[in-house]
This record gives sequence, structure tokens and C-alpha cells, in this order.
Amino acid sequence: MPRVIELNVNGVARPVNAGPERSLLSVLRDELDLTGAKYGCGEGQCGACTVLLEGEAVRSCITPLSRAAGKHITTIEGLEQNGRLHPLQETFLETGAMQCGYCTPGMIMSGVSLLAKSANPNDGEIVHGMQGNICRCGTYPRIVAAVRMAALRQKTAGRTA
Amino acid sequence: MTLTRRDFLSTLGGGVVVLCVVEAADAQESGRRARGGDAHPQEISAWLHIGEDGIVTAFTGKVEVGQNIRTSLSQAVAEELRTPVAGIRMVMGDTDLTPYDMGTFGSRTTPTMAPQLRKAAAAAREALIDLAASKWGVDRKAVQVEDGRIVAVGRSAGLGELTGGKQLVHKIGADVTLAPAAEWKIAAHSVAKVNGRDMVTGKHRFPSDVKRDGMLHGKVLRPVAFGARLANLDDAAAKQIPGVTVVREGEFAGVAAPDAATSERALAALKAEWKTEEGQPSDSQLFAYLKANAEAAEDRQAQGSIEQGMADADRKLSGTYTVAYIAHTPLEPRAAVAEWNADKLTVWTGTQRPFGVREELAAAFGIPQERVHVLMPDMGSGYGGKHSGECAIEAARLAKAAGKPVKLVWTRQEEFTWGYVRPAGVIEIASGVKKDGRMTAWEFHNYNSGPSGSQITYDIPHHRIQFHPSKSPLHQGSYRGLAATANHFARENHMDEIAQALHLDPVEFRLKNLKDERQRAVLAAAAEKFGWGKQKPAEGRGFGVAIGFEKGSYLATCAEVAMEGGKPKIVRVVQSFECGAVVNPDHLRNQVEGAIIMAIGGALFEQIRFENGRMLNPRLSQYRVPRFADVPVIETVLVDRKDLPSAGAGETPIVGLAPAVANAIFQATGKRPRSLPMAV
Repeated sequence: MPRVIELNVNGVARPVNAGPERSLLSVLRDELDLTGAKYGCGEGQCGACTVLLEGEAVRSCITPLSRAAGKHITTIEGLEQNGRLHPLQETFLETGAMQCGYCTPGMIMSGVSLLAKSANPNDGEIVHGMQGNICRCGTYPRIVAAVRMAALRQKTAGRTA
Repeated sequence: MTLTRRDFLSTLGGGVVVLCVVEAADAQESGRRARGGDAHPQEISAWLHIGEDGIVTAFTGKVEVGQNIRTSLSQAVAEELRTPVAGIRMVMGDTDLTPYDMGTFGSRTTPTMAPQLRKAAAAAREALIDLAASKWGVDRKAVQVEDGRIVAVGRSAGLGELTGGKQLVHKIGADVTLAPAAEWKIAAHSVAKVNGRDMVTGKHRFPSDVKRDGMLHGKVLRPVAFGARLANLDDAAAKQIPGVTVVREGEFAGVAAPDAATSERALAALKAEWKTEEGQPSDSQLFAYLKANAEAAEDRQAQGSIEQGMADADRKLSGTYTVAYIAHTPLEPRAAVAEWNADKLTVWTGTQRPFGVREELAAAFGIPQERVHVLMPDMGSGYGGKHSGECAIEAARLAKAAGKPVKLVWTRQEEFTWGYVRPAGVIEIASGVKKDGRMTAWEFHNYNSGPSGSQITYDIPHHRIQFHPSKSPLHQGSYRGLAATANHFARENHMDEIAQALHLDPVEFRLKNLKDERQRAVLAAAAEKFGWGKQKPAEGRGFGVAIGFEKGSYLATCAEVAMEGGKPKIVRVVQSFECGAVVNPDHLRNQVEGAIIMAIGGALFEQIRFENGRMLNPRLSQYRVPRFADVPVIETVLVDRKDLPSAGAGETPIVGLAPAVANAIFQATGKRPRSLPMAV
């Protein structure tokens, strides 16, 4: 039966009335109106639903609410700080790393997670780290360039994700 | 049938309005309607409004599906209005606000819509200059529009400041002079995606993100197989669930509930009995089935006599090629939110044909089109796969029964199974050639996959190219580039075989049979960048080349393939592309790169498997699409022809990869792949 579960989303406590088996994706989108994370496959294969749990990328479509409760959840909506985009959001824009943009939030969240683990990834590591995210428009080379450029920018700015 | 111009004008305030109305018979094939003969003349209209607040709004029925046309159309308006792109607002694909449009397909937006918007903007600029000249009492030659302002010596005004509360309406036709491409200052440049910031912040609302007050979530009961009929439905258990509405209308059954989890539960609680149609064809018999069910052929291109051409030949070759069904797999599946207010239906949905979907909705509910409003927010791509309105109709059925707005988002499995697929096909070629490499005969038959891109740019004195429609076991429709991928795969693969048979260099052999200067130019450009002929491939590797022409664009593709554990790995691709005057170089490169990457899937591993009316791999865990690790080094050469009108570029860059890779695989292995996909 539904009960109130408290989620910590983008630094804000958000009580939701939903069962612990509900997917984090459906709760974010339908209950909290955070629609940046997308449905793409429902089986963790495409990465469109990627959000961060304690800074680490997870596929929210196969993450039950019970696993997310009590943890820090970051969605694409929470990346911008005080009107300032995250370096990876900036470099996605600068490299034109999108066409339709539907995969973009998930790509950026996977990239942020990757950069948190590896501050200076080479192209092979970026490809390996992003392999679970699909872009059907085929902007992969630009996404690799965006991640590489953001890594460089973070290094020079001394800012971490 | 369409929003009347009077209605439109009454919705706008003061300012300058330009209506560009051009009657045009646009008989471009849309794949799904190819055989329906739906070629009645349609307007290709564009409207433009400059408000008193100076905001420029352009109205077009075209839609943004990832081809970045919202940006390039903004550039077209900005160019003629001599105004920054940031000052242009585009209203697109909204059946209550924009002029009628047949749909966004066939790479037609750049060649047909961009010129209309440019004309509207040019006419608005001239009208503002006239207005300023008369208000300021100066010669119109002394007035200019610069950087979004109207200026004369000592005077200046914003674009909206001169109309003084009045609405000045200009109706124009096709006879407006436009700036030639060589003089473009805003077009021809790499302007960034206009709503890119909304994409990287998650703010943009795609069709599946639309939310309405009191909205329910829908689910539709799907048959267990194609052609299955609903014999009996026990919905008692589903109806017991609080908040659930069950809808049954003939073969249609679905549920709506306050949240998605409850609607899933309700769907699972429906007990259905199906009457199935057994003995349906399976993929293993597909190609024989398509040949056996072929209809009378249509000549697509014919000249001379094949018999004569074969008699003139020193060598004769023949080959059969096949292509599998593949799925578009747009990352956003079909989605719709439907809402009934009194007798008016409003639907937000992802479609390449908002006006077509309006027509489908009006027909489904027996209401006039004026009472249906379709809105298309920039969607999560389509690739030719979202021409139809089935999801919109389903959402509207559920919403009508529930008396509340309903959102319906197809699952990935539904998208694979109940959308439509790229046609599979069989292609047979017979050819004749002189010892010196001059072609004498070319006979080409395409069964089922389609005629697009089957025409030749080679000079072959005797040729006949035919398309044979057939009966498709799966529901098939348009796909990016239509059949051009299949036809280029077969033709360029066969041309390579001829070159190999005669021990001729594949580039030299092609040039020997090509007079078309544009085709020769792209081939030379790609060969040079690739370093064709400069070195031999390493052991286990091969080089391949292919050329192509379709929808007004030319391309040439060179590929390097490495065999790894018996499977081909595409290492490097060089593609030259020429589509007339380039509108946005960076977005064009993005389209070319993206099309090459999308093409890798169909070339190497994508394939819909089916048996007796059931899909066998309708999931992303079972149907492999290109991922990061599949991407080769890609080098794009844009051949910019400022002296030629701009053609569309969303589709044709996809056609060269598969044949270039096939030819590279042949060089690496000595075995010629004749079926797509090649690496399964």
C-alpha cells in the first residue's frame, strides 16, 4: 500500500505518497514533476532515465523507491547552481552535442558521474563509461568531446562535480 | 479545413503581418502514402508577425524532430529581416496557430519552407522600410534595417515601433527577390541550437513530458500477435481497482488511472481471450515471401534496350541483395496527452505530421477538423517513424471515456511491435560491361523495399530500373532516406563487384562511368580526404567506397573496416556531402555524422526478428542499436555550392555507409556481403 516516503531530491526534502516498489523514474516524473529524466526502455538499457544517487549514476527506471529513500538524489534539474550551468552542460552546448535532445539529460548525468570518479578520463574511458547511454541521433563523438572538454575545464577551475 | 487567415489575424495584435501563400503540387513520396496517390496540391505557407513589442514570430506547420530545423528556419528569417536570431520566435506544428502543412518528411523543409519564410521576412523588411520612409519623410533608399532596428540618418526605431497600433497585412506570393547565398550573413553560419539551453537543463517539455490538471495515465491492451481478435474480455477485476476506468470499444480495450503504476496494475488485471491467426510468415521465409507476392512492376527509370546492352558487353554479372526490416527506435516512444473540453479535442503528441494526425483524429471521432487541435512540442526524434496518429487516437479514446485528460506513452516494447518498420526487400541486379570498364547495361529490380534512390547517376546507355510492390508480413512505412539505403547498398556493392572482376580501381571505374559533375566532385573530395589509392590496407583490413544521389543531395563515402574475431569493426569513415548552399555548417556536420552512426546499426546488426505474427526481439536488450563503442573516426567534407539552392540534409547522408562497408569487408575477407545486416 502507498505510504509517505521522504526523498531528498536536489537538496530538498520531498515527501511522496507512493509504494516502495514504484520506480524512482515514475515518481520523479509523475509525482514531483521533474521530467528531465526520460523513459526510453524501462529495462536500464538506454540511460535516458539516468539520475545520481549519492553522486553515482543509476538507471531510475529500474531503481525502486525503497533504494532511493534516504539518499541524495540529483536530477538534471539540480545541476545548475545559482544560474550557473555545470561545466558539462556548458560543453554540451559549446560542442553542439545533441540533435533532438531527448537523451541529453541522461547523457549529462552519466557524464557527471564519470567525471566524479575519473577527473581526467581519456577517450577510451569516456566511451567505456558512457556505453550504457544511447543517442539514436548519433551525436556520440560530440558527447565524447563535451566530456573531455568539461574535464579540462574542471581541472583548471578546480571545481569538482 | 484549415485555420482561416481571418481567425489568425484576429489572434494577433498590431504590427506587421506577412502571409506568404504559395500553391504547390508537392507529390514527394512519404513512404506510407506512396501508393495512395495522395498528390493533391497543397499550400506551402508561412506566416510572419512583427509585434509592436518588436517580437518577431514566424509560423510554420513544420516540426522540430532533432534535425535542428527550428534553428535553421530562424536563421532564414533573421537573414532577411537583418535581425539577430535571438529575436526570432518560431511557432511550429500547432494546428490552431500555424498554416497547414503536409508534414515534415522527405527532406523538404529546407528547400520548400525556408524560402517561404525568407520571402515573408524580406517582404516585412521592405514594408517597414516603406513605413519609415513615409513617417520620417525621407527617401526609402536612405532607410535600412540593421541588427534588428530600422535606421536612417539621425533616426532609428525598433522593428515594432512604427505601426502605431495598426495591423498592416501583406499577402505575398512566390515573386519576392531574396539575398543570394553568397551574400548571407546569418544563414551559412553555425548558429547554435536555439533551444539548446532547455535541452541541457531538462526544462524542455517533450510530448511525453506534457502534464495537465487532473490528468490520468493510460494503458492499452495489446493483442498477443498481429491479426489477433479480442474474443472475450473480463474486466471485473480491473474495474474493482479504485480510480480505474476501463474502456472497451470493439477491438480496442484500455484503462486509465490516476497514476502509471495503477494503470499498469489495471491492465494486468484485464483477462482477455484472443482468437489468433496462425501460420503467418516468419523472418526465415521473408525474402521468398516478398518475391512470391510481388505485384506488377513500375518503371522508375528506363533507357535503350537491356538486350542490346547485354549484347554489347564483354562481361555480364548478376547479384541478389536483401535488406531486413529494421525499427526506427526513436528514444522517445510514441506519446500523447489528450483532453476534451466540451466538444473540442486537444492533443499534444509527437508526430511528423500534426495536420495529418488532426485528420486521423477527426475521422476517428466523427468530428470536424476545426474541433481538433494538435500540438507538437519538439520531440524525441522520429527518423520517419512517427507519421501516424495511433497513439493520439488511443489517448483521446481513453480521455473521452474517463472524462479527464489522459496521457499515453507507449512502452519500448509497444513502440517496436505496434509502430511500423522500415520495409525489408529483395534487390536483383544484372549488368553488362566492356573490358575497359565502360558500362553497357543495368537492370535493377527492387521487391518491396521501395524505389527511392534507385535511380542512377552513372551513364549507362541501356538501363531499366523497376520497383515491385509486394505484400509485407509486417506493418511497414517511411524510414529516414526511405529505400535509398537498400538501393545504394545493392547498386554500389554491385558496382564494386564489377570493378573487382575487371581488376579496376573502384574509384577510377566509377569515374569512367560518370558524367554528372556534382557526383564526380563529391567522389573526388571523399577520395582525396581518405587518401584513396595512396596505400594498401593492413592485413585483415579493407577499404571500400560508395557514391550516392538522392533528394537533391550528392555524397561519397569511404570506409576502412578491420575484421576482429570474424566480425567487421568500422574503423574510419570519410564522407563528402553536397546539398547546394550550406545553411548551417555545424548542424549539417552534425546531421552527416549522426546519419553515418545511425547507418551503422542497419549495416551491421539491426534486424527485426519475427515468427508467426509475433516480434521476437522487441526490447533494447534484444535489438542492438549503435552505441559509443561502435563509432569509428568520422571525417566529413562539406562541399558548399553557393550557386545552387539548398536541399535538405536530414536523410541522404545515411545511404553511403552500408555499401562502403560491404566493399571494405570484401577487400578484407574476399567474401562479399549481400545482405543487411552484415555482421550477424
